Amino acid sequence: MTLRCENLCWSVKSKSIVKNATLAIATGEMMGLIGPNGSGKSTLLRMLAGIRVPSEGRVLLGDQPMSAMRQRDIARKLALVEQHADTEERITVRDAVELGRTPFLSALRPWRDEDDAIVSGALNAVDLNGFNDRYWHTLSGGERQRVHIARALAQEPEILLLDEPTNHLDIRHQLAILHLVRQLPVTKIVALHDLNQALMCDRICVMQGGEIEAIGYPTDIMTEARLRDTFGVCGHFMEDPFDGTPVIRFHSAHKES
Amino acid sequence: MTVVDRHHGRSASRKGWHWVVIAPPVLFLALIAGTALGETPIPWDVVIKVLANKMFGAEYPVDRVDSGIIWNYRLARAVVAACCGAGLALSGVVLQALLRNALADPYLLGISAGASTGAVAVTVIGIGGGLISLSAGAFTGALCAFAFVAFLAHAAGGGTGLRAAGVIVLAGIAGSQLFNALTAFLIAKSANAEQARVIMFWLLGNLSGVRWPDTIIVVPAAFVGLAVCLANVRALDAFTFGADSAASLGIAVRRVQLGLVGLAALVTAAMVSITGSIGFVGLVIPHAMRMVVGTRHGALVPTAALAGAVFLIMADVISRTIIPGQVLPIGVVTALVGAPVFALILIGRRATV
Repeated sequence: MTLRCENLCWSVKSKSIVKNATLAIATGEMMGLIGPNGSGKSTLLRMLAGIRVPSEGRVLLGDQPMSAMRQRDIARKLALVEQHADTEERITVRDAVELGRTPFLSALRPWRDEDDAIVSGALNAVDLNGFNDRYWHTLSGGERQRVHIARALAQEPEILLLDEPTNHLDIRHQLAILHLVRQLPVTKIVALHDLNQALMCDRICVMQGGEIEAIGYPTDIMTEARLRDTFGVCGHFMEDPFDGTPVIRFHSAHKES
Repeated sequence: MTVVDRHHGRSASRKGWHWVVIAPPVLFLALIAGTALGETPIPWDVVIKVLANKMFGAEYPVDRVDSGIIWNYRLARAVVAACCGAGLALSGVVLQALLRNALADPYLLGISAGASTGAVAVTVIGIGGGLISLSAGAFTGALCAFAFVAFLAHAAGGGTGLRAAGVIVLAGIAGSQLFNALTAFLIAKSANAEQARVIMFWLLGNLSGVRWPDTIIVVPAAFVGLAVCLANVRALDAFTFGADSAASLGIAVRRVQLGLVGLAALVTAAMVSITGSIGFVGLVIPHAMRMVVGTRHGALVPTAALAGAVFLIMADVISRTIIPGQVLPIGVVTALVGAPVFALILIGRRATV
């Protein structure tokens, strides 16, 4: 399923957070969303997910304008993994992941065995087997992140939006999650801070000051000039002698002269 | 094997059908107990006979005085206590879930403060010239206070996120303080000693004057509250990780928040207008039941309603019997019993983490 947005704007009290964002993601594509802190990545993701109503512009889910869809119908197609979603409740891992089935359940459609199977599959996918009865507050940051991803997977979305999913994860789980997301046969947008990880995406969208600065293939987008101008770091590209993929080596924060 | 077993247990509890089986007999027993126990205990069989006479037209020979006490006085009182306890507990569940604040209780929205002001305005100042009952005054006051709090929260903005929940809590505190100050002002300015004593009693919760006509308000309020909460258990669950997370799970956040917070306010206002502000039930019962049945609202909503009902019937019995010849305000009992129990639960919970 494709996801598009046209001229999206969002502002708080006349302060513009996102300006004129136009973007189209093809079915099955993995789009990396990068940019410095405060560049509007999270806000753009929230508008694309339909939980922030844009002040201007529109989002299209497939061919349907999102503003005309019910929240429930959006949630059956699209799942969002937020960055800072926490709870004080004594909820178990299994219960938290089961929340992902919410958009499919109703008074006429009670919980079925197939829902149990989907939830088990989602827990398995993020390597949380045996965590069923663990309480949320006993989990490490990385485990919580994986629970959120499992909940999104339990929604069986056609489009998956992730806001910095590798935050808090140790390196093994960072790589595991990125590979998992990459091989999912769905359309996905991933906001990332690690530029080396962004190189794994099919395409990259760079945000700066609330605007989309560039969209394109990683090799075209990621240049030393962009590292300096957009991200304010000095770095250069090297080739991994093992498999020939490009790697960014950062030297220092760029100083304005 | 254990996994399979576990799932069967889970899906049974998820459907929650066994509450339909458990709740009525428990509630019935509590009502009988609330009716039989009192300053002069009445034997169980007499209670049953009177109920059979009144409800099914049976003609057991019973003492007319006993019959009058049981039917007109104690049973009406127990029914109101049950509805009030259930309604307050449900409001507490809803507000704690939607505002994501462990300290949220039905009186957070300024409702009890407004009800007090309304009650004082009617009884002490004499607004309405005797045509308006204390209950009507309290109900009006409660809704005025809630409207004020809702307006304040809306004007302060904050959208649907965590900040919005914080704004509502702050607006509620401001509203409560304002209306409490108004109440104190009215009492200080106009009340004589006897009026002040009566109002004081009412402010702490009072079931003394309750008769059958009062059930016309509280019974529908409790049942509508329960039905709406049961219809929204999944939406309440979805708020576990916040309003944005609920939205991404397909919940129409704005509609659910406005509808359920409004419902909690109306149910609480209805209860408070009949019984005065009985504290602690709406705060403690939901927390206690979470520790018993977990955080999922499919189980929590019916359990909390049942526990609230039984708890308040028992609290009323204690308030009538603990000091011979005198009735204690029920709010005093709920706090005296509830606070230590809650403390024990908190400590016990810490030990099991």
